Amino acid sequence: MSAATNEARPQMSPGFRLQWEPAQDCHVLLYPEGMIKLNGSAGEILKRCDGQRRVTEIVADLERAFSAQGLHGDVQAFLDMARTQRWVQWA
Amino acid sequence: MSGANTIGPPLWLLAELTYRCPLHCVFCYNPVDFAATEHELSTADWVRVLRQGREMGAVQLGLSGGEPLLRDDLEEIVVEARRLGYYSNLLTSGVGLTAGRAAALKAAGLDHVQLSFQDSTREMNDFLSHTKTFELKERVAGLIQSQGWPMVLNVVLHRMNIDHVDRILEMAERLGAEYVELANTQYYSWALINRDQLLPTREQLARAEAVVKDWRARKGEAMKLFFVAPDYHDGQAKRCVNGWGSMFITVTPDGTTLPCHTAKMLPGLSFPNVREQGLREIWFDSEGFNRYRGTGWMKEPCSSCDQREVDLGGCRCQAYLLAQDPAAADPVCPKSPHHAVVQEAVSRAEAGVAAVREQPLVFRDPKNSRRLSTAAG
Repeated sequence: MSAATNEARPQMSPGFRLQWEPAQDCHVLLYPEGMIKLNGSAGEILKRCDGQRRVTEIVADLERAFSAQGLHGDVQAFLDMARTQRWVQWA
Repeated sequence: MSGANTIGPPLWLLAELTYRCPLHCVFCYNPVDFAATEHELSTADWVRVLRQGREMGAVQLGLSGGEPLLRDDLEEIVVEARRLGYYSNLLTSGVGLTAGRAAALKAAGLDHVQLSFQDSTREMNDFLSHTKTFELKERVAGLIQSQGWPMVLNVVLHRMNIDHVDRILEMAERLGAEYVELANTQYYSWALINRDQLLPTREQLARAEAVVKDWRARKGEAMKLFFVAPDYHDGQAKRCVNGWGSMFITVTPDGTTLPCHTAKMLPGLSFPNVREQGLREIWFDSEGFNRYRGTGWMKEPCSSCDQREVDLGGCRCQAYLLAQDPAAADPVCPKSPHHAVVQEAVSRAEAGVAAVREQPLVFRDPKNSRRLSTAAG
């Protein structure tokens, strides 16, 4: 399984849906008969995984949105975990 | 009892659209008197229930039955579910799922189909080799894949098929399953009537668990296996639907609301109907949903037990069925004064198949339903 390289364009795997839930005040990841409540940063990363943006673009966008620096390592580690869990995929 | 401010919303709404079913499974959890249900909710009723649930925060929707494909307004219900933001799960035997229907359900926005493997014939002795069933499941699995739905299989295990777990998993692998749920039968309703024929031996269970362990090691995340252990054998009381009235609500075909699929059997409790009340009022205020919330209703040995917050006293229906008291400790727990009832059932299972063949299996069909309801009434 290849790691989240800069050029990868992550997207949600079939059967998984990311959704904002007002009742729970958080993003949730929905899948067959299950739900994972996401913390703020997980939600922000996943909502940018649209199959269009590359990892570098996702990182740049997050750094811009949150006036932060050096997020690349955290984002990459999260995406690798998310792919192991089969939440996201990329070619 | 929990205060209203600590009660969360129902996250899971199980819509039992109909009790009608082409199958006659001996382990069905539908009420034994299901044939007495006459008037199913209308499409408009279901749309209203879905809206009310979603307003409260429900997000997972189970479309179940009976066989939900027998409702010809299923597509309409799915359209509304998708529009409202539910993740919709169709729980089906696959009987009635044609290519046209699968395409229509996909277009309607259905998120997932869970395909169950049942014994759709009365020849239970060779569950897997029954060609007709296998061809149906293979065809339906192909439809599921062609629509891009995740492949999720569910198999209810019992004495007569638990030795086939290896072959069941081979088949699941061949069908491209991503998730396989191997659920040991829970003994309510039809399954309780047939318990002596369905309860496996400890040795059968141990073998099945070893097989599942091997497959898990081999397939990892590529085919996730869930093995639901039988509580009769492991002596672990299980939280009823993760806590009575804590996250789960069932609406039955006639509109009765329930905190779990089988709670209708409990005596002295009334559960409101969605034709008469809204879900919010039902969830927060009804006597039925409040009765066994939290731990305040407990008796000894539960009320002083250090596991009470973990298992919440186990299953209320099992307590009623085996100890004739819905507020008793679940008799599967070794601390229950009625635990001997469970031990006796397991001992009979250990004694062997020959000893339990005297009573014929009772199939879940309208005729047996009417006969048994008359006998009980």
